[in-house]
Amino acid sequence: MADPKELAVRDKQELVTKEEKTVPARYYVPSTDIYETEDALTVVMEMPGVEKKDITVGLENDRLRVEGQIDFSKYEGLEPVYTEFNVGHYARAFMLSSKIDQDKISGQVEDGVLTLTLPKVKEAQPRRITIS
Amino acid sequence: MVVLLSDPFEALFKFQQGLDAFRTSDWLQSGPSGGGSYPLVNVFRKGDDLVIIAEVPGIDKSNLEIQVKGNTLRIAGAKSVNYPQEAGLHRRERLAGRFARAVTLPVGIEADGVKAECRDGILVLRLPRAERDKPKAIKVE
Repeated sequence: MADPKELAVRDKQELVTKEEKTVPARYYVPSTDIYETEDALTVVMEMPGVEKKDITVGLENDRLRVEGQIDFSKYEGLEPVYTEFNVGHYARAFMLSSKIDQDKISGQVEDGVLTLTLPKVKEAQPRRITIS
Repeated sequence: MVVLLSDPFEALFKFQQGLDAFRTSDWLQSGPSGGGSYPLVNVFRKGDDLVIIAEVPGIDKSNLEIQVKGNTLRIAGAKSVNYPQEAGLHRRERLAGRFARAVTLPVGIEADGVKAECRDGILVLRLPRAERDKPKAIKVE
């Protein structure tokens, strides 16, 4: 069911990182939801304009890094007359607190939304202990 | 401003600066266009025609409704964000809700020729300029 309230505008935030980019173009921070179930962590990111093939996901030392490149050639020949938002590549990184089973990470993209499922390793899953 | 792709990074930066420069444009403000409500739009000129681009991530085609009447365009729809009940939320930044926005263009458009496509969360509307509104070349005698 769709929410009956009015959809508010969330301004795009420019990415601020510790390391600077060597190229001047601006990156943006994708709006992200993260939720956890007993066996997995799910990261949902909004990256409008990014195709499946242009998304890179890396996990190293519990640091999850996602980057999405827009196909900027689609704007060729277009001359702006009025603009309300800017466009650019997306990048965002998270430090993960639970242990993730790297080999089983899966992702899918639909309507510009990337959904990453990061299954927890067996030891990190809560276990119910039955008392006999 | 026409974008050349000789150096993609340089070109992107220039394009971003170009987009910024038109943030203060009053091109739409003369009409009751509800500037700044969802979805945000960018308007481009392509030859004689206009191209309107909006970011609508997570909205399925079937939840989008586009109407044209005269020079006014209406974009309406709903976005929902769903999660499994038993999940614990760590972060919540994606917004959901209904939206409707009317944009009145300062040029005449051919309502029958308007094309809309939605791919990867980007809505692209192609609006051909009305024949009667196209500039005519005047021959100097």
